[in-house]
Amino acid sequence: MLGALIIVFREVIEAGLIIGIVMAATRGVIGRGRWVTFGVIAGMLGATIVAFFAGAISQAFAGAGQELFNASVLAIAVIMLMWHNAWMARHGREIAAEMRSVGTAVSEGAKPLTALAIVVGLAVLREGSEVVLFLYGIMASGTSGSALLVGGLLGIAAGAAFTALTYFGLLAIPTRYIFSVTSWLIALLAAGMASQAVQFLNNAGLVVALDRTIWDTSWMLSEGSIFGRMLHALIGYTERPTEMQLIVYIGILLAMYVLMRIARYRPPKHVPAAAE
Amino acid sequence: MRRIVLGLAALLFLAGAAARADDLTLTLKDQHFTPAELKVKANTRVMITVVNNDATPEEFESKALKIEKVIPGKSKGIVRVGPLKPGRYPFVGEYHEDTAKGVVIAE
Repeated sequence: MLGALIIVFREVIEAGLIIGIVMAATRGVIGRGRWVTFGVIAGMLGATIVAFFAGAISQAFAGAGQELFNASVLAIAVIMLMWHNAWMARHGREIAAEMRSVGTAVSEGAKPLTALAIVVGLAVLREGSEVVLFLYGIMASGTSGSALLVGGLLGIAAGAAFTALTYFGLLAIPTRYIFSVTSWLIALLAAGMASQAVQFLNNAGLVVALDRTIWDTSWMLSEGSIFGRMLHALIGYTERPTEMQLIVYIGILLAMYVLMRIARYRPPKHVPAAAE
Repeated sequence: MRRIVLGLAALLFLAGAAARADDLTLTLKDQHFTPAELKVKANTRVMITVVNNDATPEEFESKALKIEKVIPGKSKGIVRVGPLKPGRYPFVGEYHEDTAKGVVIAE
């Protein structure tokens, strides 16, 4: 039972970290609970469908279907995270200021909520499909299934608790800083996802350039350990990155920085005081 | 005579197929991988076929090989790895880590 709990928990924390960060990043935006819930439910439905078609996806594209699917899912999430950060760079300060003065939520921000709901949905989709397959395997094998199943469900519950912990931990950050902190977290999240995506393309046999391993830190922190996995989800920790992975990682961070600078820029006087 | 030639040809064909099959294939049965140690060429890209003969799905995972791949029950999947420096690269079936494990040896 404990084994099942740990396996499921390991899968769930990756999505859990992302949801926790998204919740903190949208602090003070009306309707975010609804959007995030929608993302989680859509992700769970999607995960079940993906698990059901796992065989077909695997066989597609000459056996590289799963890799291409994962790479696409990650790429879309990266784009959504960049979009969110650009939007936040433009409006974050106003939201933070309003939260301080009024102490209530503000109505702005339908756009980044779509983006972040998609990010949440995709995170749940990716990790969730593995949980579904694992639980399905337990049920299909029959013997001693119920104890394992309970373990698996407890794993999901533990993952949810971990999400809450991430969220409330981030809320401890003073309002003034919360959006800059979450913007940085999201930038690192996006860079990590992009480097993962490019590795999936490598596994698919598509992007094979610069595929030498640069360093190996597995002796220091195993990527398979719980802490290693958390860092993997959070900042894209990889024990043996390839040259291409490192380039993509740094490239996305730079792109994010430039994008946020551009978004933040406003020509003086020409824009009316109230934001659109 | 003809029969002998055909027989020999068939034998050769089978031998060739067998050599290829035990070349780079990992078979999962009863949550154990065979072979538990798979030798591959170092410093080159290789394709390994992972065959899952169990009824339940398995996730073939190796942080060392940078692979994470779901192999549905009674099915198989191709994983592409490398170029690997000479060394040992452990892998597991993530859903049954206690028994489903092995190591790829690059040399």
